[in-house]
Amino acid sequence: MAVALRILDDGAWISVNDHREVSVSELWRFVDPTFCACTLPDMVVENFIEVGVDGRTVEVRVYGQCIACGEKSTTEWLPVGRIVDGEFRDIDRESVLAPTGVTEHQE
Amino acid sequence: MPTDVENWKSEVYGNEIRDHLLEFAEQGWDSIPEDEHDEWFERFKWWGLYHQRNGQESYFMMRIGTPNGVLTPGQTEVVAEVADEYARGPADNPIFGDGYVDWTTRQSIQLHWIKLEDIPEIFDKLESVGLSTQQACGDSWRNIVGCPVAGKDKHEHVDALPVAMELNEEYKGNEDHSNLPRKWKVSVTGCREGCGQGDINDLALEPATKEIDGDEVKGFNIRVGGGLSRNEPRLARDIDVFVTPEQAPEVSGAISALFRDNGDRENRYNARIKFLMDEWGPEKFRNVLQEEYVDYELETAGEDLRSEYSYNSGYANGGHSDHVGIHEQPDGNYYVGLDVLVGRMGVDDTKELARVADEYGSGEVRVTQRQNVIITDVPEEKLDALKSEDLLEHYSPDPHPFMRGSVACTGTEFCSLSIVETKNRQVRYARWLKENVELPEGVEDFHIHLSGCTASCAQPQIADVSLRGMKTRKDGEPVEALDIGLGGGLGENPNFADWVAQRIPVDEVPGAIENLLANFEDEREGDETFREFVERTDEEALADLVEPEETSYEDPMMHNTKMTWYPYADDDSMDASPAPTDGEGNSLQADD
Repeated sequence: MAVALRILDDGAWISVNDHREVSVSELWRFVDPTFCACTLPDMVVENFIEVGVDGRTVEVRVYGQCIACGEKSTTEWLPVGRIVDGEFRDIDRESVLAPTGVTEHQE
Repeated sequence: MPTDVENWKSEVYGNEIRDHLLEFAEQGWDSIPEDEHDEWFERFKWWGLYHQRNGQESYFMMRIGTPNGVLTPGQTEVVAEVADEYARGPADNPIFGDGYVDWTTRQSIQLHWIKLEDIPEIFDKLESVGLSTQQACGDSWRNIVGCPVAGKDKHEHVDALPVAMELNEEYKGNEDHSNLPRKWKVSVTGCREGCGQGDINDLALEPATKEIDGDEVKGFNIRVGGGLSRNEPRLARDIDVFVTPEQAPEVSGAISALFRDNGDRENRYNARIKFLMDEWGPEKFRNVLQEEYVDYELETAGEDLRSEYSYNSGYANGGHSDHVGIHEQPDGNYYVGLDVLVGRMGVDDTKELARVADEYGSGEVRVTQRQNVIITDVPEEKLDALKSEDLLEHYSPDPHPFMRGSVACTGTEFCSLSIVETKNRQVRYARWLKENVELPEGVEDFHIHLSGCTASCAQPQIADVSLRGMKTRKDGEPVEALDIGLGGGLGENPNFADWVAQRIPVDEVPGAIENLLANFEDEREGDETFREFVERTDEEALADLVEPEETSYEDPMMHNTKMTWYPYADDDSMDASPAPTDGEGNSLQADD
């Protein structure tokens, strides 16, 4: 089933099948030594840059700032949800996000 | 590859959106196909409708464009009536109640909680008095800004109001200019004080004089490519062109066409003309304009008046820093500028504004870029009676500097982009500062602008104290926070604020401002202004002057207000949202 993934309103949110699913202002933790020097960056999401899908996992690249060290950068692909039966299901984004690689570019 | 938005625009855009919009309104919210929401909400912007944020589905922000901020007699009353009847949501704002009007930094009007089904009636009411939402948002000519007292300023160089109105007439609904790569913000100013804020617009017409065939001709110099958004602020660049008032519409259209044809339609982040100007530079820009878009030989720039600019400048050079107060017009009448704290006015007060403007003035009201309003054409003999009106107790022509200096964007109350709560917070800040903090002697202008994100709708980079939404952790818990910038301002040599303190928890910001002002007072030389003080102080030393700390100020909105359906609702959880609703406001969730 085709899934429509979009970034809208100046990178403010991710639309999945015309529903607003993920928004700026969330705090995400993930492991990425290239983002900043922190062992576990604690990043406020400021702008969505790209959205794509890896199998059933919806992934994004975002611009944000680590609130621990202040570094501003763009992330690698990070998972934000899964497509199950054609519908978006949130993953727990308050836990540590684990990049899965891949990603078919959609936007 | 063109973006989805460009593809949608190529299918239906501009004036033709209206028919679809009215049809959807007639049939109700559910008639918009679920898999077409994104495209229609993108298109509705062109008609001034912006879908409110997550948790508020089916409700819209409606923006009404008032060219140059002018509301002609009778229009303010209709705005108040529309807000009263249609802009009431399912929950109250604890400071502003239920039903209010926002005066914006682009001299426009914003109403919230508008239901799709009410739009035809609202359009009828607005259009019956010549008001419109056309192109108030979307990728085209936005509301044209300028000196709000154009034609009523004793010292202005040239009355630019007829030019602003002609541009509005020519380029609103103009099919050749209705689908641009991105928004197109235009400023036209003829005054000596720079209150059109041309430096932060895509296209700026600024007052100038040019000797042509031995005659001193008054007109405008042109600058292009200013803007504050997305961590990429730019000052408009001088393209070395002078136009007479008669030439202004043609050349402005030529520049808009250049943007239409050359702006980036494949990457919306790179689409604003400031990025084209980055790539081309002013010289190439002028050459392309001359060779491909204008039939006559452009004049080089004339002598400008920038050394006199005072508006939002942070300097005390004798000119106005805003339009608050009572000032004589050239015809002997007066204009009375009223301070509207963070630009928000309840519907009853807006009705009163309309009545008072009609009773004491001509009925005209004008909106400023500092979110204030001006009653014009008041005869001298009526001034005392006007000053005794209750309305002026709350919206003072002589407010406390912390009230006068406050500007705030919409914030997480309604906006998808914002990271923090803004309007109510800036009200709380201003009230606390007024009660608890002394300004150094003689400081009457002190501007604090609070913007919820980097879109910069509150124009934070050009304030004495710039506040921008962020997040941090406090005692391990995520809380709303603000970056603090200092020393921004316009004037002859405009400068964007330096962000000297990052991620300050929102409850420590008033303490930071209190300490900053105390440090300023200690180190101030003579009667220098805050901006002058910042300019002679290096960035590291400035950061040391900002000492965030908790005070008696308490912030009830420390949590993630973006994760609520409405931050002020009794039950603010997303699950408690009644949205979407039908035309009567009844929840449709059971049907979803």
